[in-house]
Amino acid sequence: MNSGINVTKIRARGAAYVAEARIAQMMKWKGIIAIVAIGNPLFYLVAIGIGIGVLVNENSGTSGTGGVEYITFIAPALLASAALTGALDEAMFPVMEGFKWRKLFYAINSTPINPGQIVLGVFIGALARVVFTVVCYWALLIAFGVVTISESWDVIPITIFAAGAFAAVIMGVTASVKNEDYFMTVLNRMIIMPMFLFSGTFFPLSSMPIFIQPIGWISPLWHATELGRYFSYGYSISSTMLVIHFGYLIGMMIVGFKLANQKFAERLAK
Amino acid sequence: MKTAVEIADARANRFGHQLYAGRARAILERGFIALRSSTWVPIATGFVEPVLYLLAFGYGMSELIGNVDSGRGTVDYAVFIAPGLLATSAMNGAIYDSTWNVFFKLNESKLYQGMLATPLGPLDVALGEITWALLRGLSYAIAFMAVTAPLGLVPGISAILAIPAAVFIAFGFASFGMAITSYFKTYQQMGMINIVLLPMFLFSGSLYPISVYPDWLEFLIQLFPSWHGIELVRDIWFGYWDAGTFIHLGYFCVMIVTGLYFTTRRLRNLFMR
Amino acid sequence: MPESLISARGLTKKYGDFTAVDAIDFDVAKGESFGLLGPNGAGKSTTMRIIAATSQRTSGSISILGRDPEEHGPQIRAHLGVVPQQDNLDGELTVTENLFIYGRYFGLSKKFIRNKIEELLDFAQLQEKRDSKVEALSGGMKRRLTIARALVSEPDILMLDEPTTGLDPQARHILWDRLFRLKETGVTLVITTHFMDEAEQLCDRLVVMDKGKIMAEGSPLELIKKYSTKEVLEVRFGSERNKEVAPVLRDMCSRIEELPDRILMYVEDGEALLEEIVAKKLHPTTSLVRRSSLEDVFLRLTGRSLIE
Repeated sequence: MNSGINVTKIRARGAAYVAEARIAQMMKWKGIIAIVAIGNPLFYLVAIGIGIGVLVNENSGTSGTGGVEYITFIAPALLASAALTGALDEAMFPVMEGFKWRKLFYAINSTPINPGQIVLGVFIGALARVVFTVVCYWALLIAFGVVTISESWDVIPITIFAAGAFAAVIMGVTASVKNEDYFMTVLNRMIIMPMFLFSGTFFPLSSMPIFIQPIGWISPLWHATELGRYFSYGYSISSTMLVIHFGYLIGMMIVGFKLANQKFAERLAK
Repeated sequence: MKTAVEIADARANRFGHQLYAGRARAILERGFIALRSSTWVPIATGFVEPVLYLLAFGYGMSELIGNVDSGRGTVDYAVFIAPGLLATSAMNGAIYDSTWNVFFKLNESKLYQGMLATPLGPLDVALGEITWALLRGLSYAIAFMAVTAPLGLVPGISAILAIPAAVFIAFGFASFGMAITSYFKTYQQMGMINIVLLPMFLFSGSLYPISVYPDWLEFLIQLFPSWHGIELVRDIWFGYWDAGTFIHLGYFCVMIVTGLYFTTRRLRNLFMR
Repeated sequence: MPESLISARGLTKKYGDFTAVDAIDFDVAKGESFGLLGPNGAGKSTTMRIIAATSQRTSGSISILGRDPEEHGPQIRAHLGVVPQQDNLDGELTVTENLFIYGRYFGLSKKFIRNKIEELLDFAQLQEKRDSKVEALSGGMKRRLTIARALVSEPDILMLDEPTTGLDPQARHILWDRLFRLKETGVTLVITTHFMDEAEQLCDRLVVMDKGKIMAEGSPLELIKKYSTKEVLEVRFGSERNKEVAPVLRDMCSRIEELPDRILMYVEDGEALLEEIVAKKLHPTTSLVRRSSLEDVFLRLTGRSLIE
């Protein structure tokens, strides 16, 4: 009897099936994802960009932000931070759910789909969320007249790439964690929050005391923000720094994937 | 030694004995027992958040912004935001405790169901849970004060009153948050809470005076509880009492009473109807 | 008539248009073990919640220890130990902490509870697990802890809603043993269940509920005598042939029930009937003679199975 199950096909498309399941799962949250994707940039741009922008403009004009309006200065940073937050959500929760809460990965692993394909599938799912978030954000920036289409389109792939690198690392780290109960709290308060605040998002990293600056150096958000500024309004960066920014993010992507693949295989073999 | 029945019978003719057994402290006791065996990291890191904001905005932004007109005289930007951050973190903590924590105990662990199968009433549970959240808020507020004072951000000794003020506004948010949470059934609905809170906090003047906005938006913001909370703590921090201060106080009194009323009613309808 | 602890007349509970409990009458005497037997959705749990003073009736009357739960909820709850269908133990606390804090909810003194805990740990056979978190317990242990917790206030009535649902056979037997011991000490038990064996094991008297109504009342033995025959012959002819054979079988005994997979024949002597069937060359693929149970009573009363 032909059951219609084609093992070769499943083997080849395993990651796509996992990604499909992930996206179906996200659709349960589509209302919230959409509101966040549009509301987040809107509120941040109006509140911080305009609200604080007024204070900055009154006090120091554009001298502290490299000659651009404050809103132009923070726009690529907010874009990158929204992309990374989306990546975090869709890389961390599915992994916890998959291994601990609902043990979904064990079920998937008992089909012809292998651990590496689960990693890739979850990654693609996270990327889908990132793409949606970034496109919405960018469209709003255009609508606000903060950036122009022709000048800034290349910010999109760069930001998606940075968020992807972050997602890969988060997947690897989450899969390595044994005590999920407070991992989230610690991650949020001790890593995500400082990263958000000290990555040169709201002010140039160089205005922080030197002992704080390393937080930015290791933060993917800082690298993504610097690249975002370079590509969106021609913020000047030395070619060495360009190479460092790209190199760091590529490195994160590779290390993240390696760790995720290894940890997924280990845990699923148990 | 009194038996459970004697203890309950002793209150049988008191006003409101169906709602309140006079033992909210038993809920607090539960909190302390749970705390003993829980991991300290999430609790200890709770106070880090406002401090990080203060470091980032207070110092990072001060180069860009300099001094700000606080409405109570021109002050350094870090001084301006310190009370705003204290108020914000008190409100956020209260909201977290009264929403996600309560949601879990209502729907996942069914803890309230167990409590209300005993002679305890819904008001015991509401008061106990909220007081527990406030104790945590109180310790964070004290810690924040302990960090800001040596940094020279606290203008005077009377600013110490900002600590009870922070707890007071947290009370308003906790009692209201618990009432709202009791209506929610899904995680998606819970997700909406964060979405509503984000603009409320971004716009409520913790990081800049709302006078930068057009009049209509300024008026709208003045309706938000978060704005009243931030302004109240800021008034007290700077020792600047005026009619507005009392309006803020009154606003939170109303919020506390309505929140408690709805929480008690909801718990009764959910578990005792 | 012994002293009646619980007495309900015309007790009704409606949720909007839906009537969960439909004008039922019953009494529970002191020291007895009273059961509510019925399938899921029969109104058992709702009845339990009304007795436990955590749900208010729509109409009718009920008195628990002579009091109306609408007026004296907290006082009634002080007399009760409640074991809900789903364990709601405090997951953040250990076994002893669970017992301790529950006693505190009743307002009991710390000293009293501390002594009580030792007794309850022995009773629930959880001494070795006393400092374990609830999460680390098996399903049967959790259930025993929930029962121990309900006993911390020395209740007059212990309410058990589906006490062994979801437990493995061994864990069920341990639990039944504990409940027997409890009965011996004079605690009144009110039990809901959809397991007929459990009802037969634990209940002195029970009511059979279906769709919010009480269909019958009595001791397990009385009910079986009244609504069923002494023995039941279960025969299977394979799903295709059952229908074909049924009319023939119907003429051979007072009553038969056709279930999807088998036919039940109600008789006084099962073996004799089986011989008759074989003599007619109707060879069943399987056959079983057993005593009548509450399952048969339920089938007779409602035309449906207890477990669907």
